[in-house]
Amino acid sequence: MSVVTADEKSARTKQPSGPNQGATSARSMSNVSRRLRELVELITASKTAMVGLAIVLFWVFVAIFAPLVTSYDPNEQDYTAINEGPSAAHPLGTDQMGRDVWSRLAYGARTILILGPLSVSVAFVLGIALGLPSGYYAKWIDEAVMRILDAIMAFPTILLYMIIISAIGPSMFNVVIAIAIGGAPGVARLVRALTMDIRTREFVSAAKLRGDSDFQVMVREILPNCRGPLIVDFLMRIGYAAFYIGTLGFLGLGLPPPTPDWGGMVQEGHGRMIANPWPVLAATLAIVSLVIGLNLFADGLREEALRYQ
Amino acid sequence: MDQMPILAVNNLAVTYKTRKRDINAVRDVSFKIYKGENLGLVGESGCGKSTVAYSIVNFLGPNGAVTNGEIVFKGEQLRGRPESELRKLRGADISMVYQEPMSALNPSMRIQDQLAESLIAHRGFNKQEAYTHSIEALKSVYMPDSEAVMQRYPHQLSGGQQQRVVIAMALLNNPSLLIMDEPTTALDVTVEAAVLDLIAELKDRYQTATLYISHNLGVVARVSDKVGVMYAGEIVELAATSAIYRMPLHPYTMGLMRCLPDVDAPKGTRRLYPIVGRVPSPANLPPGCIFAPRCEHAIPECSEQHPELVEIEPGHRVRCVRASEWLGKKMIWLDREEALEPCPDRDDEALERLIKIDNAKVYYPVPYKTMKGLFGMEKRRYVRATDDVSLSVRRGRTLGIVGESGCGKSTLARAIVGLESLHGGKITFQGNDISEPLNKRDLMTIRELQMVFQDPNGTLNPTYCVGDQIAASLRRFKTVPPDQVQGEVERLLLSVKLDESYYYRLPRQMSGGEKQRVGIARAIASNPAMVVCDEPVSALDVSVQAAVLNLLLEIQTQQDMTMILISHDLSSVRFFSDDVAVMYLGRIVEIGPCESIYTPPNHPYTAALLAAVPRPDPDLEPSGVRLSGRVPSAVNPPSGCRFHTRCPFIIGDICQQEEPPERNFGGGHKIYCHLTPKELEQVKP
Repeated sequence: MSVVTADEKSARTKQPSGPNQGATSARSMSNVSRRLRELVELITASKTAMVGLAIVLFWVFVAIFAPLVTSYDPNEQDYTAINEGPSAAHPLGTDQMGRDVWSRLAYGARTILILGPLSVSVAFVLGIALGLPSGYYAKWIDEAVMRILDAIMAFPTILLYMIIISAIGPSMFNVVIAIAIGGAPGVARLVRALTMDIRTREFVSAAKLRGDSDFQVMVREILPNCRGPLIVDFLMRIGYAAFYIGTLGFLGLGLPPPTPDWGGMVQEGHGRMIANPWPVLAATLAIVSLVIGLNLFADGLREEALRYQ
Repeated sequence: MDQMPILAVNNLAVTYKTRKRDINAVRDVSFKIYKGENLGLVGESGCGKSTVAYSIVNFLGPNGAVTNGEIVFKGEQLRGRPESELRKLRGADISMVYQEPMSALNPSMRIQDQLAESLIAHRGFNKQEAYTHSIEALKSVYMPDSEAVMQRYPHQLSGGQQQRVVIAMALLNNPSLLIMDEPTTALDVTVEAAVLDLIAELKDRYQTATLYISHNLGVVARVSDKVGVMYAGEIVELAATSAIYRMPLHPYTMGLMRCLPDVDAPKGTRRLYPIVGRVPSPANLPPGCIFAPRCEHAIPECSEQHPELVEIEPGHRVRCVRASEWLGKKMIWLDREEALEPCPDRDDEALERLIKIDNAKVYYPVPYKTMKGLFGMEKRRYVRATDDVSLSVRRGRTLGIVGESGCGKSTLARAIVGLESLHGGKITFQGNDISEPLNKRDLMTIRELQMVFQDPNGTLNPTYCVGDQIAASLRRFKTVPPDQVQGEVERLLLSVKLDESYYYRLPRQMSGGEKQRVGIARAIASNPAMVVCDEPVSALDVSVQAAVLNLLLEIQTQQDMTMILISHDLSSVRFFSDDVAVMYLGRIVEIGPCESIYTPPNHPYTAALLAAVPRPDPDLEPSGVRLSGRVPSAVNPPSGCRFHTRCPFIIGDICQQEEPPERNFGGGHKIYCHLTPKELEQVKP
């Protein structure tokens, strides 16, 4: 062991940058793994977070292994078996076109679990780009950005989505755009509030005192320290996004048929709900469980993180 | 004393549950408080002194619990009593005064309603009775203008007045036991002095048994009859105040005493002796004596056997196996004989003026409150944080700037390094005009002027490891070639007495003192000509303060660095500075070589500051000059001499109407006051 360190030392003096950086990255890797371990401890400490995580992981599992956990194609129509109740062949029954509800649910999970995080990520990029300078510079930049965002936030969310989708047309890509635009103001406000607090800390002054530019201060000093609340907000927003993707689907503004989509399933099935409640019930419960799961996970994480600060 | 103690705590143990494990925050604490007695509990942060106080009134929170021992109040066991009974006791027979007066008072209630509340609830007074009684209570704490104060809301009172209200409230129902948890820590030193006078007087007048908690040995010496020194959850020494201060017998108490900078000792005459190491976490206590790992007198036996608190001499209990060896040996703990030679006087005139500040003004605009203002029809108003300050520092010298909060000293410091823009005036550094703020300064200027910050928790970015934060400076300023950055960071860490392993530490894995050292390493990384230290030790525990002050002094003398030390603590300024400037409300009232500031003649404000410093010596009579009133608003500073509203030496209208003239006492010692030089000679702290 001592031989190795001596070697490293001599290597460092001869060829300073190479092994040195290697050592640095190795150590920072252990930093990353330590942080991961702490995160796992944080999650496992909270029962709420664990329950939430279990629900979310269930849907993630179903989405990933959809072909394995189902025995039908989600768009395969079987006119010999329409509007059937649960049976051995169709565990959750079939819809009005004879499609297997469970298959549509499983493949629909894929849609929602891709579109949700994707649209929220876009909202975060937009929100951070607006909120960070707004909180950092304050004064008129803040006024200008915030008044514009207020104007957007003044629209009821669903109305805003409907306006955007009507303007640009319903498609998978446009749903992402609509949810991103709708979510960005909220993210921007959160980032702005966090920035206004963090920019007064002394390490920000210290960064300025080594000549960091405003951009460097915002991105390197302030943004990483917003991560706690932002992660929780991110999870919450995926829940909302799932909910809104469902709502847009129900309004017929979501994904064009026959894409398996939970909201679309409710929309297609609600007319025959009395005769065949299964497609509507299953899709609704799926949306509700995913939203609740994400919320429980985010809540638990926040509470646990706050408790032992 | 045969009488029954008001409060007797026996073998108290308190445990907090946390995610990982149970923490025994307090263990085996026993003490008694009799009528008319003030017991001080001192110790550094995290030693469990507040936990003891909270356990008496059962405010331990959902995860804390008393797990052993008994709390006997007037002969009755309090432990295990239902909350409803305790609630009747609290506020009536047991009162508490907290550290933060602002958060102890309800901001949405008038003072009269807050005071009356407890009388109506506990004693069934009607409103009129409660009102008259409350006014009397305010008068008994010498609240000026009590009737008007009754109508006010807490935010309309100064910190000192707020604390008086809280004390009046605590005394309303003539409690038998008063618990004071750091009641003066949040106050400025002149206000603290007045509140301590009050506490000392009230004790004599009402004969209330008091448990007084403080981290400040000077404060406890001033108000307490008995002192218990706590360390990591245990009482290590318990004795009469005079006994403890004259002859401390536990090494920890000795350590605490000699790590304090002495306001009466000039620079270079005394070294500070920090206590090495840090307080062990209650979850991870060493076997045997808990202080043994940090104790310089430890013998092998210490780490084997946990010592009991034994009575070494009548009334003097010590938890140390060697205590009896030290009994009667005077002052073995303070090696005054070892005192250093005073610094040789250097030829000031030969030294170049490194930085020169002329009439510096830093104003903050007050937000408009009216429509007129918004449309630019009203004259803009400003908070004049630093108003017309001129001073200079010669190369290699240290300037201390003292003053109470709000005097503009930190603003001045931030303006010097460029973090605030000047509203007027000029700063010349190494012959160049640097009046511009940071974003207009060139990298070379920024590099030469660095800063050490106040808050150990804010000074480092929690996201990055320590080494990277120091390395960022080195890379930016190209202090060393890129391939030597790692080595240089390690060298810097060593120079602040941290080893290389700290490179990959995250800030939250370090103690406050360690973080402050990293802050110093970061400031000196660019090899600056001057470092501005803004209250570098005020947030640290005393034992850690000493180490950081020693370190700063060492760096300053070894590298012949020019420094400005901003502080509210006159003791550390004296320990550290060659020259001192005293600021009040944005202005300098007195400036000169360090020794001239600490000896008469003095500006009346300086005298009041010096008189207010609590000294760790119970035999010293508290001295005279006390300030009344509150610091006026910096938006509308008083006309003439800014100190005239609080000055005990005011001589008449001239003070209110004319700017005070400069009184030059030679050697750079200047006082700005209307008093004649002869009269100023008479101003003594």
